[in-house]
Amino acid sequence: MPDGALPVLDVRDLKTVFRTRGGEVHAVNDVSFSLKPGELLGVVGESGSGKSVTMMSLLGLLPSPPADVRNGSVNFDGKDLLHVSPETLRSIRGGKIGFVFQDPMTSLNPVYTVGYQIAEPLRKHMGMNKRQAAVRSQELLELVGIPDAKQRLDDYPHQFSGGMRQRVMIAIALACDPKVLIADEPTTALDVTIQAQILELMKDLRDKLGMAVIWITHDLGVIAGIADRVMVMYGGQVVEHAPVHALFSDPQHPYTRALLKTIPTIQGERAARLTIIEGQPPIMTGPPIACPFRDRCDVAFDRCEVHNPLRYDLGDGHDVACFYDARTGGPRDV
Amino acid sequence: MLTYTIRRLLLSIPTLIFIAFVIFMLLELAPGDPMASMPLSIPPEVRQQMREALGLGEPWWIRFPLWLNQFFIVEPQYWIDNAFGTNFADGAQRIISFQSRSPVFDVIAQRLPQTLWVVAMSYVVGVLIALPIGIISAYKQYSVFDQAGTFISMIGFSVPPFFSGVLLIVIFSVQLGWLPSIYDTTLVVNSWDTFTQQLQQMIMPVMVLALQTTAQVSRYMRASMLDNLSQDYVRTARAKGMSESVVVLKHVLRNSMIPVVTVIALGIPSIFGGAIITEQIFKVNGLGQLLIIALQGSDIPMVMTITFLLAVLIVMMNLIADVLYGILDPRIRYD
Repeated sequence: MPDGALPVLDVRDLKTVFRTRGGEVHAVNDVSFSLKPGELLGVVGESGSGKSVTMMSLLGLLPSPPADVRNGSVNFDGKDLLHVSPETLRSIRGGKIGFVFQDPMTSLNPVYTVGYQIAEPLRKHMGMNKRQAAVRSQELLELVGIPDAKQRLDDYPHQFSGGMRQRVMIAIALACDPKVLIADEPTTALDVTIQAQILELMKDLRDKLGMAVIWITHDLGVIAGIADRVMVMYGGQVVEHAPVHALFSDPQHPYTRALLKTIPTIQGERAARLTIIEGQPPIMTGPPIACPFRDRCDVAFDRCEVHNPLRYDLGDGHDVACFYDARTGGPRDV
Repeated sequence: MLTYTIRRLLLSIPTLIFIAFVIFMLLELAPGDPMASMPLSIPPEVRQQMREALGLGEPWWIRFPLWLNQFFIVEPQYWIDNAFGTNFADGAQRIISFQSRSPVFDVIAQRLPQTLWVVAMSYVVGVLIALPIGIISAYKQYSVFDQAGTFISMIGFSVPPFFSGVLLIVIFSVQLGWLPSIYDTTLVVNSWDTFTQQLQQMIMPVMVLALQTTAQVSRYMRASMLDNLSQDYVRTARAKGMSESVVVLKHVLRNSMIPVVTVIALGIPSIFGGAIITEQIFKVNGLGQLLIIALQGSDIPMVMTITFLLAVLIVMMNLIADVLYGILDPRIRYD
């Protein structure tokens, strides 16, 4: 992990609200993080924790209404992405920041050839003509490991398998040599062997191309395998943030610890039941005034009911948003 | 695709023969006498002789193959003879109208241009209005434009042409006197003046028919666009940095057109049916009016032929819809 370098992407106090008929849903609450060049940041959390919405907010990919990015700053390339013209934002999307989405079966347009869909960002952002774009598309397909790349450019998405389609999605995201690649659960819809292939491919590509990657997942096993740093999200907030080794060896937030316990083990008695975290994640119908995890937390105390904990810096790039200090086993001094 | 089309064309032959048989038998079962409109002074035995002269004395298993022969062999021969100056037909008996005693196809050829001017034009106008309405309504869902579109569609769906047509006549012909209430078929367009006259007499029937088409097609277009706008590939296109016009008019529109093309193609025969009423109201002497008069006069050959031509149109449009489907959607390849 490169240290000391200036971050390519710096997000401060991002706040996204969905306006619905039943009132406002605070999906992202004051999320801050930064990403250094070449770094792989893992973002974990269960469904509805705000992982995807955070990333979509960065580039204005959420439909508005109902979504409203209310506050914060997203610094990329010397610009605040929340306050640039739509045209500038479009030149960054697909050009300097690439996206890979969860479901490769539906993320490609069924009526255009794969070659056409890869060439689209090339022609728009790199100003290539048809022939140049075709040559580059073929290189990209070879890069992501699709055999017979030249012939396959003329194929339609339905002629590819799920894993191959995800490779195509990655090729599209990589088309214009992005500085940042945001992968939103790219392996969730794939079976385990294909998942391993895609993970290997991503690690490879990151080393080869030196781009920074944000990897969203709910699979801690995946995170352990590829991430440099991990951000754990819950209820639209970052609850813990640490280098990957620190997170697994010394988890501080009760939610992180509970998550780690839920990983099934293949050692020991087979009769052991799967561990679960009791309860449901909260629906944030108001701005958070208390810890979002308090109802499911086994160490919650009175302060958790009335204040929302800040992110306390523990040193070595590790911070946690919790009033309970796991190291001393008591309330944190604040 | 080509073999598929040829196979479908061949398969449509037995289908059409069966349809012809059903129409023929329905007409056979229907009450009515072609002699009913003859003067009452004609004595009954003469009437009977006239009926037999029309071939009505023969049983259906003789008359039906005769009609098939005339429709599929004799009439094309006459058409080829006319076009190339050959003599294949050799004076064979054509399908003759009971009422006018002239060949059915000649009468149809006289009436077809009027119907095409009004009906085809209204359909083209209707579809051209409907597509943008559907696209914008979906893209700006629940906007004022969308609400207005929904309202107009509701009117188009719920107000039948025999009401809206008469209403238009009352307003624009009777009250305001801007437009003629009767369609003048004898008008020959050869100058700017006659062209504007033609336009004036076309406006009302075209608008009445177009309202219906617009109502239907714009709804389908809107629904289909809405289905596709929320698809994942739209998000992908946006994430690639494509402009909104590319996202909507390239990525979403082509996917949305797939079901709409079917609706448009299959709507063509039904608009001919709908024109029957509109032609009556605006006194356009097109095919619809011809069919009504033929029905009233028990002109069996005429009714049979026009109805069958509509059936051919339906079968053809089905085929065209399927072929277009395959062209627009690469997931559907028929070979």
